[in-house]
Amino acid sequence: MRRAFVPRDDLDKPMVRFDAVTRRFADVTAVDQLSLDIREGEFFALLGPSGCGKTTLLRMLAGFERPDEGRLLLAGQDIAAVPPWRRPVNMMFQSYALFPHLSVAGNIAFGLKQERMPRREIKARLAEMLRLVRLEGLNKRKPHQLSGGQRQRVALARALAKHPKVLLLDEPLAALDKKLREETQYELMALQDRLDTTFVIVTHDQEEAMTMAHRIGVMNHGRLAQVGTPAEIYEQPCSRWVAGFIGDVNFFDGTVDAAGVDGVVVADTAGRRFRAAGTAGIQAGTKVALAVRPEKILLTTAAPDAAAMPVNTVAGKVADIGYLGDLSLYKVRLDDGTVVKASVTNARRFAASDIGWDDTVWLSFAPDAAVVLTE
Amino acid sequence: MTNDTAPQKSVGERLIIALPYLWLVAFFLVPFVIVGKISLSQTVIAQPPYTPVLDLSAGLGGLIDFFGALSADTYATLAGDDLYLFSYLKSLQVAGLSTAILLAIGLPIAHAMARAPARLQPFLVVAVMLPFWTSFLIRIYAWMTILQRDGLLNQVLQGLGLVDEPASWLSTDTAVLIGIVYSYLPFMVLPLYASLHKLDESLLEAAADLGCPRWKAFWLVTVPLIAPGIGAGCLLCLIPIIGEFVIPDLLGGSDTMMIGQTLWTEFFANKDWPVASAIAVVLLMLLVVPIAAWEALQSRQIREGR
Ligand SMILES: Nc1ncnc2c1ncn2[C@@H]1O[C@H](COP(=O)(O)OP(=O)(O)OP(=O)(O)O)[C@@H](O)[C@H]1O
Ligand SMILES: [Mg+2]
Repeated sequence: MRRAFVPRDDLDKPMVRFDAVTRRFADVTAVDQLSLDIREGEFFALLGPSGCGKTTLLRMLAGFERPDEGRLLLAGQDIAAVPPWRRPVNMMFQSYALFPHLSVAGNIAFGLKQERMPRREIKARLAEMLRLVRLEGLNKRKPHQLSGGQRQRVALARALAKHPKVLLLDEPLAALDKKLREETQYELMALQDRLDTTFVIVTHDQEEAMTMAHRIGVMNHGRLAQVGTPAEIYEQPCSRWVAGFIGDVNFFDGTVDAAGVDGVVVADTAGRRFRAAGTAGIQAGTKVALAVRPEKILLTTAAPDAAAMPVNTVAGKVADIGYLGDLSLYKVRLDDGTVVKASVTNARRFAASDIGWDDTVWLSFAPDAAVVLTE
Repeated sequence: MTNDTAPQKSVGERLIIALPYLWLVAFFLVPFVIVGKISLSQTVIAQPPYTPVLDLSAGLGGLIDFFGALSADTYATLAGDDLYLFSYLKSLQVAGLSTAILLAIGLPIAHAMARAPARLQPFLVVAVMLPFWTSFLIRIYAWMTILQRDGLLNQVLQGLGLVDEPASWLSTDTAVLIGIVYSYLPFMVLPLYASLHKLDESLLEAAADLGCPRWKAFWLVTVPLIAPGIGAGCLLCLIPIIGEFVIPDLLGGSDTMMIGQTLWTEFFANKDWPVASAIAVVLLMLLVVPIAAWEALQSRQIREGR
């Protein structure tokens, strides 16, 4: 995870501000009344399912799409009327969009030549960029003579060469294999720390967003479902949809039975009662969903002492075991048929063999492990 | 795969590979050798109207006599008379000028076609080819009636009050250019459209993103990437226009003749087959230069894997 981001710019003048922006295509509203501030020097990730409007949002920032409604501010200035070639924003395209007729050097220097930078400065900047993305010695190659990973670096270098105020990255790593992708993620993070440029990255890989971003905006149907740090989004999802979209989760639907200062008691539809902490302001009688992540559930094979039965404990039979190497995911069927997922870290080798199919197990979780969701 | 590990080709496969070569030998090389042979002969009033005539029944001696009688006199005639030089130059001038006009007109048309909504594009392609559905000759005759003194063009110009006196369009170089540009436009537009259609839109967005205004991106990105299309369109027009006969004959004046007309005159009016053949051989040699340039360009592109 990244070090916490400390905003240093004026809070009223963010680097990027979407102010109730709407963009419609023939029959779809790709971006719907969306408001968002992105701070200077921040690494911001847009995460969401396919077709939710992430690319459209980015393209509006780059200037390829115009907002139908709302205002789009860059460093405090309305940029609605500024054409793409005058915006201090550069984009790394999902398809890389490298110029096939130009060499690596030609591609990277393309933007610099447009602003009529003196030749010597271009040369210096080119060398700097080649070093940055570790492509020294390849500057004479044409894009078709490069590997996928090298092309991606050229695209990155080309977008960074002009030292933009904001760098937009549309699924920059989608074409890379897992290993190279992880490596590149760390490179991008290091690069962003060093250059201190505002990065806005689009991805639909949540791990990628979690690893790289200071803050994540989770999008759905053209709206932001939640904006927050990776930990906030994961540990305090604001809705059932966000909780389900990010990571794995178990839901217990029910009604608040009793509300107190230290939390609530929720009775679910099967009559089970659960305690959840830290839920100020929820009235008794409210319909809620209790969300518990699999790794926060403790799975035991021995029955807990009946007298000292801890809160939030249920029994069930193991219905399925998924062995993932680092951890095992158990699907446990409760009496009423509800399936609860619990993950267990495989700290010991062959630990997984302790628990088998149809074994009776007990599941428990702490009151503060559960999130009470009202929507 | 290296040759020694390559599986033996079957007779059928060999035949398929040989087919284009057989075609070229039968319909290009053999006629060319015949024309070349005639260009080295002399005119006589006989049937056929040239000498020597190859007589294989006379055996080896006849063959030696035949080769002995060949001469390059006709080429000396071509070099000695300005008429031929002017004809070649006229052809080059008309072809160069009309190809330039075709490119200037064809590029915006092809560009607009490639930018049109996807479902409209097939219809636009058909529209470009629509003139082919009428006979070429009829279309040129139609231009004759449009361009003649009391034709449509003058009526419109007078109607608009642009000219007082009807201008004479027919039998001028302008008429030839109009006819050529009109007739060859599809040959320019279609290759241009094909390469513009393939052009990745995101490259232009990338150019804009990097600070390049639209008109500049056209020169820096579009033109280099559609260069093969431009080359194909220009050669597809330039080469046949150089040898064009019908259009200048019907629409042009009699002051200077294009090489196609000169060739026609030598062959049909003067019955001078050797000189006509020599004109054809020289013309072919002239055309080899742009074709070879085109070949070099093509093979470079194939090497670069585009
Ligand atoms: N040029 C366009 N014309 C019509 N509809 C469009 C256009 N561009 C986007 N859309 C629609 O707008 C919606 C949002 O598209 P967008 O490309 O922003 O999604 P996305 O979040 O980037 O999806 P993905 O993760 O698949 O890339 C989609 O429903 C899409 O079909
Ligand atoms: Mg997208």
